[in-house]
Amino acid sequence: MASEAFASPFDRSAVRRRRFTTLRRLLRHRLFLVGAFLFSIVLAAALFADLLIQVDPNRISIRNKFRPPGTEWIFGTDNFGRSQWSRVVKGAQLSLAIGFGVVVLNAVFGTMLGALAGYFRSLDNLLMRIMDAFMAFPVILLAIGITAALGPGSINAVIALAAVYTPRTARIVRASVLVVREQAYVEAARAMGASHARILLRHVLPNCMAPLIVQLTFIFAYSVLSEAVLSFLGLGAEPPTPTWGNIIAEGRLYIREAPWLTLIPGLALAMTVLGLNLLGDGLRDVLDPRLKVQQ
Amino acid sequence: MLRYVAHRLLASIPVLFLVTLISFSLMQLVPGDPAILIAGLQATPAEVERIRHQLGLDQPFHVQLFSWYAHLLRGELGTSLLLGRDVLEVILERLPVSFSIALYALFLTVLVGLLAGIVAALRQNTLIDQLVMTVALIGVSLPNFWLALMLIVLFAVQLGWLPSGGYVDFRQDLWGWLRATTLPAVSLAMLQMGLLARITRSTMLEVLRQDYIRTARAKGLPQRLVVGKHALKNVMIPVVTVLGIVLSLLLSGSVVIETIFSIPGIGSLLGSSILRRDYPVIQAGLLFVATMLLLLNLLVDLVYAWLDPRIRYGRGE
Repeated sequence: MASEAFASPFDRSAVRRRRFTTLRRLLRHRLFLVGAFLFSIVLAAALFADLLIQVDPNRISIRNKFRPPGTEWIFGTDNFGRSQWSRVVKGAQLSLAIGFGVVVLNAVFGTMLGALAGYFRSLDNLLMRIMDAFMAFPVILLAIGITAALGPGSINAVIALAAVYTPRTARIVRASVLVVREQAYVEAARAMGASHARILLRHVLPNCMAPLIVQLTFIFAYSVLSEAVLSFLGLGAEPPTPTWGNIIAEGRLYIREAPWLTLIPGLALAMTVLGLNLLGDGLRDVLDPRLKVQQ
Repeated sequence: MLRYVAHRLLASIPVLFLVTLISFSLMQLVPGDPAILIAGLQATPAEVERIRHQLGLDQPFHVQLFSWYAHLLRGELGTSLLLGRDVLEVILERLPVSFSIALYALFLTVLVGLLAGIVAALRQNTLIDQLVMTVALIGVSLPNFWLALMLIVLFAVQLGWLPSGGYVDFRQDLWGWLRATTLPAVSLAMLQMGLLARITRSTMLEVLRQDYIRTARAKGLPQRLVVGKHALKNVMIPVVTVLGIVLSLLLSGSVVIETIFSIPGIGSLLGSSILRRDYPVIQAGLLFVATMLLLLNLLVDLVYAWLDPRIRYGRGE
């Protein structure tokens, strides 16, 4: 009991206990659990893709073209007789990999830029005006412009989406750094002669994590969605590599006779994004209740 | 107020400058020689040379940058490689098309989003609230290009109620315009409707807890007046703020949606330029849209400051 009263942020057992409560509150959040369920289906499909697929996603079999979904072909077949199940599962792998790549780049560069702008006030104006300029472009349009210049491909899609979303993350990190840097414990650390790097890394940034985690969950959702748009337009991974976007783009041509070719990958995409949005909502409610619906 | 206006105008100049710089840099991102890429594999060296010269790629970097700005200041955004016409002219020609659909989508967004959010907030934690919020969440998660395809299958192919594509000028045939643009506008608006419903609900719940609402209720005002007059005014503030984001999302969506419905707007212009590597159009299109958005956001901010004096006196960024 006594230790509870004196628990400092450096007391490891107190930190662990607090984490535990966060987890418990998340597990009581119904919509968070729904989101976790939806997302884990997609995640499992991506991780165990090779076990789930019996037929190579690019194996052409004209004899079997346009088979509707059924017992033999779970998700049906396309105009080349390729297994839609294999293609959608393989697509999950690529979609999540691209989303994850964007999230990692966002976390690194968004935190770096946001921390620099928020902590060193002399850099703030310059950095934030540059971010403003990037944010003046509508998200998809700038991503389209960058991938159109760099050329199609999944790596270029990751680069473009990271460039588009990083300013948004940086702005959120900056806002929390601005609040945290005025706290008494930061002043105390400064008074004790801690270096800027130490103050930022040990005292400021750890306390800015909550909004960042929430933001990155939503960025994951947006990236998966935007990547699908890019590959729908022919700017993502190039066929025959299956992505949800290019499966829909190809299926669009046969939408009258084989609607399952567009329906199923779209549902997979919507399920992923819905799952991530629910996870993000849950995390926001638990970690950062003051944040309201943004973007 | 005048000081605020001047401040905001001055602050947007460097951003505008950076926006033009980003648009310029896009061409520099092209790996290898853009002229060869544009000309294609069958092109003769002379053709490649002609394109290189036309784009100014045979000039050193600083000359290219300088001439980019010199042209911009004269209002010249470049010449389309495919159409052989001035890009600005083509954009302005297509602007009414995109603009009319964007306005239609915006109207749907505000009408449905606001109403749904208010109803959900007034019936908090009831079945209606949960239903509205579930639909809103699904709306936020649906890919708009996929939704568009599904709407075409349902309303154009199966039911045959609406055309599956094409555009009719609203100045010639308003009813035809409405029929042609309803599916595109709904696919464009879905995301924003969900977004706005969610924001409106949470703001409304906050406003309903305020003292002035309690006062209004204590005075014995009917619910209709409490909500319609006292609450709604304050709910509108965040709605105006997200207007910029909504517009930006509408323009983002227009590339895919206009392409799917074969609507001759700015979005489909960009869509077709991407595949044919018509870089001047991509550059100019991006610059045009970003500049328009900057100006619109500036306008929204100024209106906002005019409506809410707290912003003018330093609370806003």
